[in-house]
Amino acid sequence: MTGDAVIKVEDLHTGFGDHLVHDGLNLEVRKGEVLGVVGGSGTGKSVLLHCIIGLKKPWSGCIEVLGQRVLDLEPPERSALEARWGVLFQDGALFSSLTVAQNIQVPLKEHLNLNQRLMDEIAMIKIGLVGLPPEAGRLYPAELSGGMRKRAGLARALALDPEILFLDEPTSGLDPIGAARFDALIERLRKTLDFTVFMVTHDLDSLNAICDRIAVLADKRVVVIGDMKQMLNERHPWVLEYFHGPRARSAGLLKPGR
Amino acid sequence: MADESTSTTTVNQSQPKPAWIKLNTGGMIELGGCWTIGAAERLDKELTVIHDGTSTKYIFNLSGLERLDTAGAWLIYRTRKSLESGDTEVVLEGVKPEYGILLDEVAANDQTPPPLPHANQLLEWVAHTGEMTLDALARARDFLGFFGLVLLTLSRSVSHPARLRIVPMIHHMEKVGLNALPIVGLISFLIGVVIAYQGASQMKQFGAEVFVVNLIAVSILREIGILLAAIVIAGRSASAFTAQIGAMKVNEEIDAMRTLGLDPIEVLVLPRLLALVLAMPLLAFFADMIGLLGGGLMTWIVLDIRPDQFIERLSDAVSLWSFWIGIIKAPFFAVIIALVGCYEGFQVGGSAESVGHMTSRSVVESIFLVIVADAIFSIFFQLAGV
Repeated sequence: MTGDAVIKVEDLHTGFGDHLVHDGLNLEVRKGEVLGVVGGSGTGKSVLLHCIIGLKKPWSGCIEVLGQRVLDLEPPERSALEARWGVLFQDGALFSSLTVAQNIQVPLKEHLNLNQRLMDEIAMIKIGLVGLPPEAGRLYPAELSGGMRKRAGLARALALDPEILFLDEPTSGLDPIGAARFDALIERLRKTLDFTVFMVTHDLDSLNAICDRIAVLADKRVVVIGDMKQMLNERHPWVLEYFHGPRARSAGLLKPGR
Repeated sequence: MADESTSTTTVNQSQPKPAWIKLNTGGMIELGGCWTIGAAERLDKELTVIHDGTSTKYIFNLSGLERLDTAGAWLIYRTRKSLESGDTEVVLEGVKPEYGILLDEVAANDQTPPPLPHANQLLEWVAHTGEMTLDALARARDFLGFFGLVLLTLSRSVSHPARLRIVPMIHHMEKVGLNALPIVGLISFLIGVVIAYQGASQMKQFGAEVFVVNLIAVSILREIGILLAAIVIAGRSASAFTAQIGAMKVNEEIDAMRTLGLDPIEVLVLPRLLALVLAMPLLAFFADMIGLLGGGLMTWIVLDIRPDQFIERLSDAVSLWSFWIGIIKAPFFAVIIALVGCYEGFQVGGSAESVGHMTSRSVVESIFLVIVADAIFSIFFQLAGV
C-alpha cells in the first residue's frame, strides 16, 4: 500500500542561536501514508515541519520532497514545488482581510491562470469538501469559530489538490467531538483525493484513529518510527510514558489488564 | 490502465500526458491525460465545443484518464449536468473506482451559495448613512462615558495618592515628551523659517518688513507652536497608546488584569494621561522657542534684522498673554490625545487587523478633535478679548 518516500530528511541539524534543536535527525515519509509526529513540547516538531516546507533554514542536512532537494531550489522551481503541497497552520492562518472563498482562491490566483467563474466553483467545492456550509464562503475569518477556521484553512491547503498535506496540530483547540470529526474528515479526504499527510500532533486519539505510522521526536532526533503496535512495545522512557500514561489509557490504547 | 501504478510510484520522473478530449461521431467522447487543475482553464474552454453538438446521447469514455483531481472531476460533472439539463442523455464509461469516489464527492458538493439579498442601491446608501450616523453618535456617547470613568478613577486616585503609579508615569513622560523633542523641534524650526520667509516677501511690498516679527511671534506663540506639538504627539503617541492597549486586549491581558483586581483605567490610562498632561505644555514651550529661533534666524538672513533687534521688537509686538494662550491650550489637547488613544485601544476586538484599524482611527480622531478644540479656544479668547 505504500510506495516510495515522498519526504526524505537526512542528517538534519537545526538550532536557534547556540541552542541545538535537531542533532542528526533522519525521517522518511512514504507515499500515501498518514504520518503522525509526536514529541514533548520544545522537541522541535514544528521546527521540523517549518524546515521541510522551507520556512526555516537548517544548519546542515538534506531534505528531499517529491524527489527534489528543497534547500537548493531556485525560486521558480520552489514555487512549482510549493504548488504540490498544502499546509494547514495551527489556527488556520487565514488572511483576515479576505473572505473564506477569497482565501481559497489565493493559491489558485498565484499559481494558475483560471477564469473567475471556475475559481468560484472550485472554492465552492472545497468549502463543501471540508464540511462547511455554502454561506461560509462569504464570511470573514473573524466571523468563524475555531473549528470552522481550521476547516477553512484546510480548504485553502487543498485548493490545488496537493500531493502532500502538512498539518500542524490540526485538532488542538477543538473539543473532543470537533476533533473526532476533523480526524474523520482527514481520513475521508485522503480516500478521495489520495494525498500523503505529515501531521504534527499531541492528540493520542487522532494518532490512534488515522495515523498509519508514528514518529517520536526525542533527544533531538527521531527515536522510533512505526505503527501503534510498535509504539506500545517500545521501551524508550519518553515513549513508554507517553503511550502508557493515564491519557493513553483513557484514549483506549491499552487493553485493560495489560 | 496498466501503466497507472508505474506512473504514480515514480513520483517525479514520470511524464504524464497533458489532458485531451477527442470527439468521435455518434456522441462518443473520449477523455484522457491528466485532468488536473493546471489544465482546467484550457479544458473549460474546450468542453464548450460539446454543447454545439446535435447528438441526443453522449457517451463519455474516461478510460484514458491518467490523473484526475477535484477541478477535473468538477469539469466533467459540470459538463454532464449542463448537457442533461438540455434533455440529452449522458453516460460515463470506463470510470475507475477512485475516480468514481471523486466524481461522487464533487457532485455531492455542488451547492450554489444562496444569492446575496439585492436591495435598492439608493435605499442601501441611505440606510448606510443612517447606520454610520447612529454608530458615530453611539461612539460619542461611549467616549463620554469613558471620559467620565477616567475622571472618576482619577479623583479616587488623587484622594489616595499612594495609588498613583509614579514610575510608569515618568516612563511615559520620557516616551511621549523627551523622545519627541527632536521631531517637534525640527518641524517647529522649519515652520518658523517658512513663515519668516513668506512673510518677508509679502511685507516687503508694503515696506513693512519689521512687522514680520509680529507675524512670527503672534502666529507661533498663539497657534502654531502648540498645534504642531499636538499634531506630532497625536501621530506619535495616540497611535502608540492605541496599539499598546489594543495588543494587550487581543492578548487577553486586560481581562487578566481585571481578574487580578487591577483596574485597567488606573494602571494603563492614568499614567499615560498624566504623563501627557505634564509633558504637553513643556513640548509646546519648546516648540514655541524653536519656532521663534527659526523665524528669527530667517529674518536675520533675509531682512537683516539682528537678533537683538528681533528680541526688542518681539517684546513690543506681543504681550505675555499671547504666550500663555498657547501654553494654556496644551493640557487640554493632551487630555484629548491621551483619552482618544486609550479609548480606541480598549475598542480593539479580537483580531490583529482590528489593532491596525483602531490605531489609524485614533490618530485621525485625535487630530480632528485637537483642531476642533483649537477653533473653540480661538472663539473663546476672541470673546474674552485677549
